[in-house]
Amino acid sequence: MPKSSRYGRKALAASLVIALSGGLGMALESSPAAAAGGGFPFPEQSWSFDGVFGTFDRAALQRGFQVYNEACSACHGLEYVAFRNLAALGYNDEQIKAFAAEKLIVDGPDDEGEMFEREGRPSDLFPSPFPNAQAAAASNNGAVPPDLSLMAKARAGGADYIYAILMGYQDSLPESVLQEIFDLRTAENEKKYKAALEEYEDRLDAYQDKIEDGQTATEPVKPEKPEPVTSVEDLGLPDTAHFNAYFAGFGIAMGQPLYGDDVEFADGTEATIEQQARDVAHFLTWAAEPTMEERKRSGIKVILFLIVLTALFYAVKRKVWADLH
Amino acid sequence: MSNGFMENSVVRWIEHRLPIFSFIDHSVGSGYPAPRNLSYWWNFGSLAGVALVIMIITGIMLAMQYTPHVDYAFDSVERIMRDVNHGWLLRYLHANGASFFFIVVYIHIFRGLYYGSYKAPRELLWILGVVILLLMMATAFMGYVLPWGQMSFWAATVITNLFSAIPLIGESIVTWLWGGFSVDNPTLNRFYALHYLLPFVIFAVVFVHIWALHVHGSNNPLGIDTKGPQDKIPFHPYYTVKDLFGLGVFLIVLSAFVFFAPNYLGHPDNYIPANPLSTPPHIVPEWYFLPFYAILRAVDFDFLWIVPAKLGGVILMFGSIMVLFILPWLDRSPVRSAKFRPIYRQFFYIFAIDCVILGIMGAKSADGNTFGMTNVFISQVATFYYFAHFLVIIPLVSTLERPKPLPSSISEPVLKGGGSMAGATAKPMEKA
Ligand code: HEC
Ligand code: HEM
Repeated sequence: MPKSSRYGRKALAASLVIALSGGLGMALESSPAAAAGGGFPFPEQSWSFDGVFGTFDRAALQRGFQVYNEACSACHGLEYVAFRNLAALGYNDEQIKAFAAEKLIVDGPDDEGEMFEREGRPSDLFPSPFPNAQAAAASNNGAVPPDLSLMAKARAGGADYIYAILMGYQDSLPESVLQEIFDLRTAENEKKYKAALEEYEDRLDAYQDKIEDGQTATEPVKPEKPEPVTSVEDLGLPDTAHFNAYFAGFGIAMGQPLYGDDVEFADGTEATIEQQARDVAHFLTWAAEPTMEERKRSGIKVILFLIVLTALFYAVKRKVWADLH
Repeated sequence: MSNGFMENSVVRWIEHRLPIFSFIDHSVGSGYPAPRNLSYWWNFGSLAGVALVIMIITGIMLAMQYTPHVDYAFDSVERIMRDVNHGWLLRYLHANGASFFFIVVYIHIFRGLYYGSYKAPRELLWILGVVILLLMMATAFMGYVLPWGQMSFWAATVITNLFSAIPLIGESIVTWLWGGFSVDNPTLNRFYALHYLLPFVIFAVVFVHIWALHVHGSNNPLGIDTKGPQDKIPFHPYYTVKDLFGLGVFLIVLSAFVFFAPNYLGHPDNYIPANPLSTPPHIVPEWYFLPFYAILRAVDFDFLWIVPAKLGGVILMFGSIMVLFILPWLDRSPVRSAKFRPIYRQFFYIFAIDCVILGIMGAKSADGNTFGMTNVFISQVATFYYFAHFLVIIPLVSTLERPKPLPSSISEPVLKGGGSMAGATAKPMEKA
């Protein structure tokens, strides 16, 4: 094969790889900061379920479930998870029956045609805390607390994002992050002010022209120069919103749900706010995809098998083609 | 078939009544001669076929569990993921399989562009390929609507709304497509019916595509016709085993995504159930549509007061594929392979880069900036270049360029005698 054509082939290969990675690059486009649409970029955490061999940590899952059950379930449902699924966290049948029995499930209609409430059973799905979205909004200043079953998959960043949201309230934030957010907002306000000022000047000119022509006109109002943002109050969030560094627009309808010691962990672990936030993020990652461990385990087997098979095909190919070269 | 298989009495009995064995042998067996110099770029055709089969099998198995109703579609997909045995595997194979189907087909198309596989006598073969591409796009678009997540719903809304750009009857067409006054249950139902149907239409067109292929056989990296038996080898075992090796590599890469990064190519918003009252801040199509999306959005001006911006974008977007239909007549060069076309080769690479740029622009928000230029401006330049490549550069280069001398045959490449000189460049078009 002549040199130049071999070069041509390589270049063709290279350009296609570039083309493909360009395609893949778009997936990166939806990386945390971009998708959050204005939230502060949140740090990446390391988790036991990361990577090809990653698995869930049973103790963390149980603690996380406890946090969900005691601190979140009053507002957030978990509609795709059934009590029986908790067996995967290492609970036995008795424990699962007990968790289910704590909840009231609407069932029916009975022989009289009436709906009735009964204790939950392991086969039930987690009941939603509100009968419908309207009721949920009515109890939460108009915002509906989203179901958490798929939260870890429905936000770029997954567990990192959930942890960040829970740690993103003012008390838990380092001063430096707060300051950066203030600076960001100050710069934004200045930009808006400059644009408003330009518009004002144009309108003023038009106004003066009209006055000179003897027409009547209303004088435009000069925009006020914004003060630098130095506190959360200066951000001008709506009354119903709570400041959160990592939520889009910095104002979230959810009041701070965790403060530390919100639950008493069954395994004696100290319930700091970080610990609870981490564990509930861990639990919600499991809830979003309980089959993750099975998936990765099968994946390793499948890929090992395919590598052997492909190597075999390659050897046969070499042998078959040997008489041609 | 030389291994005694044909002597078996059962085989002979069947063959006498239905010559299926010789049919197979002449299609992909030892009875189908192929050029001896095909490179690995020729693996992607068979890979596309396998990808189609994977999609149909996983799709039918998903269909057994899926419920096409706005109130249950999202739930039924989650039940597949959680409660159906290996349902997660089926769904991830199907979702990632679609992406890989497009990767394979795009490589297959660029292979054709580089080696001039669209030229005589393979124009119809090429045109059938473009028809397959269009059908795949329709199928994938409607499939993406089925899980009824936020992106499903809003992509369906944005794309179907494009038809409203058609003058006079546009609005009526959109209402007709929707089966109502917004994307709703009737839309989901018909998309499901069509999503089930179209892959089988694709299958049929693939059959005709391969039929056309077998009339003149494969093109090859040199782009010259085969001159005799010394230029050919039987498809089986040479290319069957080579295709199997390629398939192995393909399955490894696909599995890496399915098992370890199954949502990497997807969008998180599609794990939020569709909500007609809440528009996501960023509506983006699947990655394989991004270059076309960039072309659509590039037109932000009315053209000569007759063509409003939206219509212009739609025309260019569809035009970007339609232009492929006439490519065999835009390229007047008798030489197929870019290997012997130094100027065309440069433009081929520039064109590939242009497509990547369009893809990147399709992913970015239209009002953003990149390298100090607005994204719309970059998209406009890249769109202009896309069409210029086909409508200006290819026709010009193909008449002005002086191709390198072609080897006289596949089995006697340039090495031997430098081939015949420029006068022979017209040769490949003549039937050997
Ligand atoms: C008092 C009710 C209430 C409690 C208790 C509560 N939340 Fe929320 N949560 C909300 C509301 C309301 C929203 C919607 C916020 C919005 O859209 O602005 C929300 C939103 C969220 C979101 C989604 C943020 C986004 O990106 O849209 C997450 C994640 C979340 N909550 C996690 C939790 C966790 C974990 C707990 C338990 C530790 C918890 N919540 C406890 C009311 C609550
Ligand atoms: C050309 C081949 C095909 C392509 C390119 C294709 C593409 C797609 C895509 C992109 C999705 C969305 C996946 C997701 O994000 O969840 C999808 C879903 C689906 N497809 Fe297909 N498909 C093909 C063939 C088929 C066939 C033959 C069937 C059989 C009926 C089928 C049935 C389904 C079903 C039931 C869903 C919804 C479940 C889900 O979303 O996972 N598909 N398809």
